[in-house]
Amino acid sequence: MTAERSDSAIAIRGVSYHLPGGCALVDSLSLEIPARLTLVLLGRSGSGKTTTLKLMNRLLDPTAGELFVEGRPAKDWDPIRLRRHMGYAIQDVGLFPHYTVERNIGLLPEVEGWPAIRARERVRELMALVGLDASLASRYPSELSGGQRQRVGVARALALDPPILLMDEPFGALDPLTRAELQGEFYRLQKRLGKTVVLVTHDLREALLLGARIALLESGRLAGLYTPDEFLRTSDALAVAYRQAFGAGSGPSHPPHGPALGGAQ
Amino acid sequence: MNLLDYLIAHPHEVLALSIEHISLAGFSVGIAFLVGLPLGVAIARRPALARAVLGVVNSIHVVPSLALFGFLFAVPWIGDRAPRMAVLALSLYTLLPILRNVCAGILGVDPAVVEAGRGLGLTEGQLLRRVELPLALGVIIAGIRVAVVLAIGITTIAAAIGAGGLGELIFRGLAMVNDSLIFAGALPAAILALLADSSLGWLEGRLRKRV
Repeated sequence: MTAERSDSAIAIRGVSYHLPGGCALVDSLSLEIPARLTLVLLGRSGSGKTTTLKLMNRLLDPTAGELFVEGRPAKDWDPIRLRRHMGYAIQDVGLFPHYTVERNIGLLPEVEGWPAIRARERVRELMALVGLDASLASRYPSELSGGQRQRVGVARALALDPPILLMDEPFGALDPLTRAELQGEFYRLQKRLGKTVVLVTHDLREALLLGARIALLESGRLAGLYTPDEFLRTSDALAVAYRQAFGAGSGPSHPPHGPALGGAQ
Repeated sequence: MNLLDYLIAHPHEVLALSIEHISLAGFSVGIAFLVGLPLGVAIARRPALARAVLGVVNSIHVVPSLALFGFLFAVPWIGDRAPRMAVLALSLYTLLPILRNVCAGILGVDPAVVEAGRGLGLTEGQLLRRVELPLALGVIIAGIRVAVVLAIGITTIAAAIGAGGLGELIFRGLAMVNDSLIFAGALPAAILALLADSSLGWLEGRLRKRV
């Protein structure tokens, strides 16, 4: 095994991803993702956030450079094992519309061959964990509210208790109030579970609230890596532009606590 | 002269020919489905292949059905027996709606759902069996429905090469200028087509409602 530092869950070394036409979506990106912390990939649309995320679970393979997951080159991982080692939750949720909530959450345990009783128990446990009433187990996704669907999406991503969780704007499609609620809950959940989380967002408030580190992306390149405090203090032009756009100004920063809209001074 | 005369006088013959008719059409759609399902899945993954395959299958429909039945006389083994020729020709005809709908059904599945499934670590086979095919089922059934109705209609022409079925009564009636005989073939064929259409339509509606 390569001697990668064990406190880095995912290491990205000089990775590029070019479309067949030659256009670079990710350009020579290097980034260490610390274990058991939340790293936010912040950037505008088209900055390469989602592509970077998909490179991590091998939905895409880099055209140059190398990724390491828990010290092992990503290309040496079996893609299926790699993906089951990482939860995946996306903005459009992508719940299986023909499956009930219970089967949506329990699908991965089922294909992993868990005994039915254990899988059922796990579903109950996860539903409680993400704040879903047990009575919703037999509902279909079309019978749920947007917030409930997102909760199912998160529960499904956690089904196999993966040490890493990849989230692509998981709260993007929600109304502001529900979004704030879910963000706060997710923050507390993450404190409890201690997963390595990579979260893609274009929302600075979300980044400040949930991120222990914020990687700012622009045109497929890393424009800066900050803690939330640093992000609020830095004079880097792009970070300043973000603060101004979100009205987060230069006021004193506060580490995120609870469901308040972090950074909204 | 009453149109129903022949039907009333020879119920057993009409019944036997109806059963023959159903088996010819059923066999043909069955074969078309067995070929069309895997082929449809394959072309849904490769757009370039889809254009080529659908083009070829589509062009079969350019050949008039009566002529297609005739051409097959020359094919070894197939040409030996009229029902074999009929089933092959009908399978070729009904392949198009099945193939097209399998392909369209799979391509019509919400990409977010497929991406989520793949990202969560489902294998391509699991994704197909548990997500894509179940979600495409309504559209696939709609294709089968078109294929069945088409097959029941064209099977009447298969009687021209001696394959049997309700077309026999129609052709005999045409030769004898006997309306009652034509009617005895046409009415059951129409009823079969309507029954197949409405029952598959009901199934399709039920499957689509869930999604």
